Amino acid sequence: MSLDKATVARIATLARIKVADADLDRMAGELQNIMSWIEQLNELDTSGIEPMTSAVETLLPQREDQVTDGGYAEKIVANAAEPVRGVDGGFFTVPKVVE
Amino acid sequence: MMIEGRTGKWEIVIGLEVHAQVISKSKLFSGAATDFGAAPNTQVSFVDAAFPGMLPVINKVCVEQAIKTGLGLGAEINTVSVFDRKNYFYPDLPAGYQISQYTRPIVGKGKLLIDLPDGASREIGITRLHLEQDAGKSMHDQNPSKTYVDLNRSGVALMEIVSEPDMRSPEEAGAYLRKLRSILRYLETCDGNMDEGSMRCDANVSVRKPGEKFGTRCEIKNVNSVRYVMQAIEIEARRQVELIENGGKVDQETRLFDPNKGETRPMRSKEHAHDYRYFPDPDLLPLVLDPKRVEAIKAALPELPDAKRERFVRDYKLSPYDAGVLVAEREQAEYFETVAKGRKDPKLAANWVIVELFGVLNKQNLDITKSPVSARNLAGLLDLMEDNTISGRIAKDVFQIMVETGKDAAAIVQEKGLRQVTDTGAIDAAIDKVIADNAAKVGEYRGGKPTLFGWFVGQVMKATQGKANPAMVNERLKAKLGG
Repeated sequence: MSLDKATVARIATLARIKVADADLDRMAGELQNIMSWIEQLNELDTSGIEPMTSAVETLLPQREDQVTDGGYAEKIVANAAEPVRGVDGGFFTVPKVVE
Repeated sequence: MMIEGRTGKWEIVIGLEVHAQVISKSKLFSGAATDFGAAPNTQVSFVDAAFPGMLPVINKVCVEQAIKTGLGLGAEINTVSVFDRKNYFYPDLPAGYQISQYTRPIVGKGKLLIDLPDGASREIGITRLHLEQDAGKSMHDQNPSKTYVDLNRSGVALMEIVSEPDMRSPEEAGAYLRKLRSILRYLETCDGNMDEGSMRCDANVSVRKPGEKFGTRCEIKNVNSVRYVMQAIEIEARRQVELIENGGKVDQETRLFDPNKGETRPMRSKEHAHDYRYFPDPDLLPLVLDPKRVEAIKAALPELPDAKRERFVRDYKLSPYDAGVLVAEREQAEYFETVAKGRKDPKLAANWVIVELFGVLNKQNLDITKSPVSARNLAGLLDLMEDNTISGRIAKDVFQIMVETGKDAAAIVQEKGLRQVTDTGAIDAAIDKVIADNAAKVGEYRGGKPTLFGWFVGQVMKATQGKANPAMVNERLKAKLGG
């Protein structure tokens, strides 16, 4: 797989990372290097082998359906850039999103 | 339904994606509450707000609700399913990804029978059902330059239920949504409340000439009532036909329905969003289900609307239509059964529930659970009719009083002296008086105007304040007038 400038620009857009045009070539090269390390793994034949999801044989833990959390709106919005606080609870605010 | 275009008939092809909020106390991956309408951000944990380092732990009940819904849709349950991250950026999605299921959903193929107006049923395929997180809520009307974000809904469990592109008209889409809603409510896995957004629908719509292959589809997002879904589908299909017939081509895109303008238009924010870069969520192991757990849920499933309808037709001799009306909501069906149980004429019970009771409930905009007349009391009223204590006509008056006062029928009949007159002497006396007072009409009747008979019945009933037994009045009046 080879990464061209346009692909890098697209990945950057999807990830919401601003990359200057002048940096695209350099980044394409760096990402290309990373990709080729990963592609070495493709040399192994893994057909018929279940993907490993954990280093230890264990099942997904499941919790009881109980309300054990929440109720601290002030902590939730504590780091918001421009929160609007009410009598109880508060909102995050962002520049208007219009559909 | 076909759309008549300039170049001939066009068929509409519809597939629906329904997002159904799971009924649970707490969220899919956190212990925050799920109640609707709480103060902003008060039902949010650090997990739901995607604070760094927070880890999701799955809610057992949400998993069971998904299994239950899958079984209710006659679907395969996958004993191994996997959670993936669906990546996109939006202010109400703090993590920048939604935990969803992509390649390996918890529920596979199933089916749903829709009931058509002509009494027929049609099978619509279910492609899959998967579990995922709901997003927060953006409010655009609080401030001229800001959007407010409330994360209370963030992380609530959703079941996304995807249908096959099997529907061919807005009516079929409407029937599908109503049936799905009914099943979810029977199962108590989703409250089906479209107003509060606990059930939301995206419609995939395309058009084709009959027999040709599927056209390019557009997805209409987040339509919030059955009526709007039906309208949006028709408007979108007509747009596509016009576009194609004018030499254009349908672009696969996401569109919004604007009910005020009666149009659909492209959704700008979704233009670049199609690449969701799904990958397995490293925070969550695959969900492995014990087949015994699935079997136990299956064994505890309630009777569902289709089975109940069939039973009502068979056991109570109802028409499929009436049975369909009664089973649409579980509470209605239970009410009917309480009234009809052990009765000689269950059809009469069905008529009273559908015509009289539903009439009152509609007028007062009440749910059956808030009915002013309890099922027991309505049964009591029908008992009084069946044992001839009151006539059908008086029963309607008594019913009105029951609606207003909530009292039981026997008490009202007693109090108001409405007991039916079955004493032949009293009835004969009333008939004799009517005949004596109306010699001219009697002459006309006997002279060849048999339609006057009804008038005489009316007079006798009036003279007895409606309390005379109508069958007896008919019989005795006929005898007396005839001679």
